[in-house]
Amino acid sequence: MDLSLSDEQKQLQDAAERFVRDKYTFENRRKIVATEKGFLPENWAQMAELGWLGMSFSEADGGYGGGPIETMIVMEQFGKGLVLEPFLPTVVLGGGMIASAGTAAQKEAQLAPMIEGKKQLAFAWLERQSRYNLADVSLKATKEGNGWSLSGHKGVVYNAPSADTVIVLARTSGGAREEKGLTLFLVDGKAKGLTRRDYPTQDALRASELTFDKVSVDTDAVLGTVDTAFPTVEEAVDRAIVALCAEATGCMDAINAATLEYIKTRKQFGVPIGKFQVLQHRMVDCFTNAQEARSMTLMASLKIDDKDAIVRRKAASRAKVQIGKSGKFCGQSAVQMHGGMGVTDELAVSHYFKRLTMIDLMFGNQQHHLTRYSAPCWTPSRSWRSPPSGPSATKWPARPSR
Amino acid sequence: MDLAFTPEEQKFAADVRAFVKANLPADVRDKVKNGKHLGRDDYMRWQQALGKKGWLVYTWPKKYGGPGFTPAERYIFENICAEEYAPGIIPFGTKMVGPVIYTFGSDEQKAKYLPAIRESTVWWCQGYSEPGSGSDLASLRTKAEKDGDHYIVNGSKTWNTMGHWADWIFCLVRTDSRTKPQEGISFLLIDMKTPGITVKPIIMMDGGHEVNEVFFDNVKVPLANLVGKENEGWTCAKFLLANERLGIAAVPQSKRGVEALKEIARAEQDNGRPLIENQGFAEKIADLEIQVTALEYTELRVLSQMAHGGQPGPEVSGLKIRGSEIQQRITELTMEAIGEYSAPYLPGLLWHGTNEAPVGPDYAHLAAPRYFNTRKTTIYGGSNEIQKGIISKMVLGL
Amino acid sequence: MDLALKPEHKAFADEVRAFARATLSPATRAKSFSGKHYDRDDHMAWQQALGSKGWLAYTWPKKYGGPGWDVTQRFLFENVLAEEGAPRIIPFGPKMVGPVIYTFGSDEQKQRFLPGIRASTVSWCQGYSEPGAGSDLANLRTRAVRDGDHYVVNGQKTWTSYAHWADWIFCLVRTDTEAKPQQGISFLLIDMKTPGVTVRPIIMLDGAHAVNDVFLDNVRVPVANRIGKENEGWTCAKFLLANERLGIAEVPASKRGVRSLRELNDDPSLNEKIADIDLQVQALEMSELRALSTMALGGAPGPEVSTLKVRGSEIQQRIAELAMEAVGEYAAPYQPDLLFRDTNETPVGPDHAPPAAPRYFNMRKTSIYGGSTEVQKNIVSKAILGL
Repeated sequence: MDLSLSDEQKQLQDAAERFVRDKYTFENRRKIVATEKGFLPENWAQMAELGWLGMSFSEADGGYGGGPIETMIVMEQFGKGLVLEPFLPTVVLGGGMIASAGTAAQKEAQLAPMIEGKKQLAFAWLERQSRYNLADVSLKATKEGNGWSLSGHKGVVYNAPSADTVIVLARTSGGAREEKGLTLFLVDGKAKGLTRRDYPTQDALRASELTFDKVSVDTDAVLGTVDTAFPTVEEAVDRAIVALCAEATGCMDAINAATLEYIKTRKQFGVPIGKFQVLQHRMVDCFTNAQEARSMTLMASLKIDDKDAIVRRKAASRAKVQIGKSGKFCGQSAVQMHGGMGVTDELAVSHYFKRLTMIDLMFGNQQHHLTRYSAPCWTPSRSWRSPPSGPSATKWPARPSR
Repeated sequence: MDLAFTPEEQKFAADVRAFVKANLPADVRDKVKNGKHLGRDDYMRWQQALGKKGWLVYTWPKKYGGPGFTPAERYIFENICAEEYAPGIIPFGTKMVGPVIYTFGSDEQKAKYLPAIRESTVWWCQGYSEPGSGSDLASLRTKAEKDGDHYIVNGSKTWNTMGHWADWIFCLVRTDSRTKPQEGISFLLIDMKTPGITVKPIIMMDGGHEVNEVFFDNVKVPLANLVGKENEGWTCAKFLLANERLGIAAVPQSKRGVEALKEIARAEQDNGRPLIENQGFAEKIADLEIQVTALEYTELRVLSQMAHGGQPGPEVSGLKIRGSEIQQRITELTMEAIGEYSAPYLPGLLWHGTNEAPVGPDYAHLAAPRYFNTRKTTIYGGSNEIQKGIISKMVLGL
Repeated sequence: MDLALKPEHKAFADEVRAFARATLSPATRAKSFSGKHYDRDDHMAWQQALGSKGWLAYTWPKKYGGPGWDVTQRFLFENVLAEEGAPRIIPFGPKMVGPVIYTFGSDEQKQRFLPGIRASTVSWCQGYSEPGAGSDLANLRTRAVRDGDHYVVNGQKTWTSYAHWADWIFCLVRTDTEAKPQQGISFLLIDMKTPGVTVRPIIMLDGAHAVNDVFLDNVRVPVANRIGKENEGWTCAKFLLANERLGIAEVPASKRGVRSLRELNDDPSLNEKIADIDLQVQALEMSELRALSTMALGGAPGPEVSTLKVRGSEIQQRIAELAMEAVGEYAAPYQPDLLFRDTNETPVGPDHAPPAAPRYFNMRKTSIYGGSTEVQKNIVSKAILGL
């Protein structure tokens, strides 16, 4: 057991910290938000040059053989700066699914240019009725000649406006919400029959509603095998959750630091407001929450490569619950302690708060993951401990279920 | 003690409902129902209708042109207005400066200002907070210096709600800087058209413009606009803060909010079933409803005390604390119900009433901005920390 | 970075488990799982067994007779013992006064006191709090006045856990009343058999007797029993408080608590609440591991340890609360004999019902003792956040 970073990992952390410090001052970020794409292509190119776009992929896939810890390190720094470049949809989700399910030809065509920074990706799974159920998919793909035809709707697809390829989760068989019968397709962002409605999100990212009207793709557009995409998707989403948690940890550090600074300098009643115990204790609670978030993110990052799928799922859900809870606490507290200034657009604090809020809603909120985590099939068997001692052997009747 | 309404009260309720149905403009009703933002004119049309009926200043005594409602009638009036999707009454004239004027003002001032407040022909705003004086209001520094029969006012006010729509502003200003902070403050009424006044918008985190900074640069204000005695404005300020805290609990609005939340939870899907059937979520709504009921009965108890001659005391702070937390919780759960479809940000639809189609259901784009914006409720009108400070000192004697 | 255990650590865990299974009495073990109270013999027999094996003072360096384990071994040791139903080690000797003696004591003191602590042949208690000095510990007023080669001690200590079982007490006493509150305090070791020492039980809200008032009436204590310099006892006190806060998070016991909850609960509507507390325990454990990892690299536990104590105590309380919730109305019958004595009385409801409410009541103490949650937050606010 060893929880310290290696020298290479420390260097990566330094580089990511430097990147954020140089490129993401609050005023710079405002300018980037206002650009057409909502991120800077030159920043993306620099990330490619620094090797960040390929670091988590195996050398066989053209990457640098890193893993979840490396992703955690950069995402945490991205959170500190509220970085806008589409690392999560392109690298973690898109790249992750292609690496795990793609053929050699698909990797060659999609992953290699992505690692070089020449191709961006988006992942379209959500539909109007899906809420947080990854299998609640009704967009239909039907066999058509030598390929497939896709029709239906996808919502809140992050980075779709800039994506060269959209990875689409479609139903090829089975009924509503059945895990079996789902297939992933690689669809060109400019495919005929695909229309986009682009919009910004609350936290200044870019996303789209996508309408598929008989979009035709070849057989080789299928990522993985037909009807069996669910495990690939679930694993990729769990990895994305862990990366999001790292980003949230960075957000929390930054928002806590800003709040601490504010309550040390803002004076009311003749003293810095940080002299009031009620604010001190709330600040301590923020600090504790961020610590716990960091602990859970670290644990999830260490376990997300586990061979056992249940271990992976639990690690992701556990961290997401913690991040939802801690992020809400730190965000709401930061706004409150900033007073009126906290609810304006003028200071960074509200921007961190909005990002933390949206992170909780992505891929299942706190409640959803608590339910997922407590699913009975996952709890350890009851045989682990010896039977209780004592004279009474009466079986106590079970409580009537509600 | 009796929870049931008398036949007279039931008749009154029917009258109020009939009046609202007949007089609330349909477009305004729709905007309120769908949680859209209202313009100045929307508020004015409704408030003027109430004004004609004599109900706009429903908390005022008969002597000053109020309807002289009993606490039960007030309660009925507020609840039915909320149920029928009437906009909230803008409090700055009716609930704030009006009572200050009829309590502390001269007869001339009463004759000059009260009619326009009762009829809603003049829009008022409030000049209290300053950049350096938020929770610590008494540290304010906007100065008013005497010059013949005028004051010359210099300084700035902030968190000024809807000042960009206002005709008049009531301000706390410093008229003596040598005494204790609370002592050298005066209460002034200022015409917003006076030269030297500039209004600068503050953009909120949801992208909206509702508050402003107001700058005063050598603004000439007649001495006749001073309410109460010079240097005794703090008395008016305290009186007004206590009044403000009562309405701020917003119970009828919260009840309406819970109903709207339930409707959304019925419309949203969760694993192919309405979200409201999800046990975890249903329990959260139930918990919220119980909190609203507890708040409502606490408010009724305070009103009943007032009916028997008491004044709203420091325990009113408790209503503001819980009321504001509940308002926040409603927006939080609404956003949670909508889930990822809260993410799209559509400022055109939100602020400018464009014809842009919503992304997802109609109500989705409002949820996150409301949640963000409602964070203000535990900050304004005396932050919850300040409210707790008041209770601890005044009620608990700590 | 790696969470996995090295083979030698796996072997170590197996060895600890085998030892616990072979050595721990079944009756004591059963009490751990049922929530019944231990008696003195339960603790002493187990601690002496650990002592014979050289494992009781498991946090001590080799130099002072500890096993010299790394942080991973300590972590495994604590966890395996908790899983196996061992009572927690009473900390006053091995975790509190022991480290103070080997850090600040003279060679004579080390020789005289450390062996008895390592072997658990002498049991200790702690004389810190006083009726007027709780959260504000430095306000203590128990006086020690020099009289030749003795101090004459007068005053009262309170909340003294297990004083009725203890052979010795370590005390903070005031030796200078002129100085600032923190100065003028000395650290004294007092034999409980000395004339003038009286112990009076304080019965807790669940009916248990674990804490006491200790009255000191002209108690003569040799000057040789003072640790460190006169008037510099606050240094020892601070050192000890930092040590205390680390162990006080009680993660292994809470893990056991969560497992018992899962085991006992048959109400599906509690599943998410249990999952939530399970998550909190894991976050706390990971935070503790991160602190241990820093210590392994040579860092000392700092004030951030306070946050572990705060969360640890809240979690213990929450587990007790949920256990009571799981039992429902059968938590109401009060059956003290089942809690405190060996008896043939049968429980009114299910077996696990009688201790549920008493435990919930009792656990309220965790956010009060060892520096209340409020005091801990003050420490973090001052020492870490600079407020």
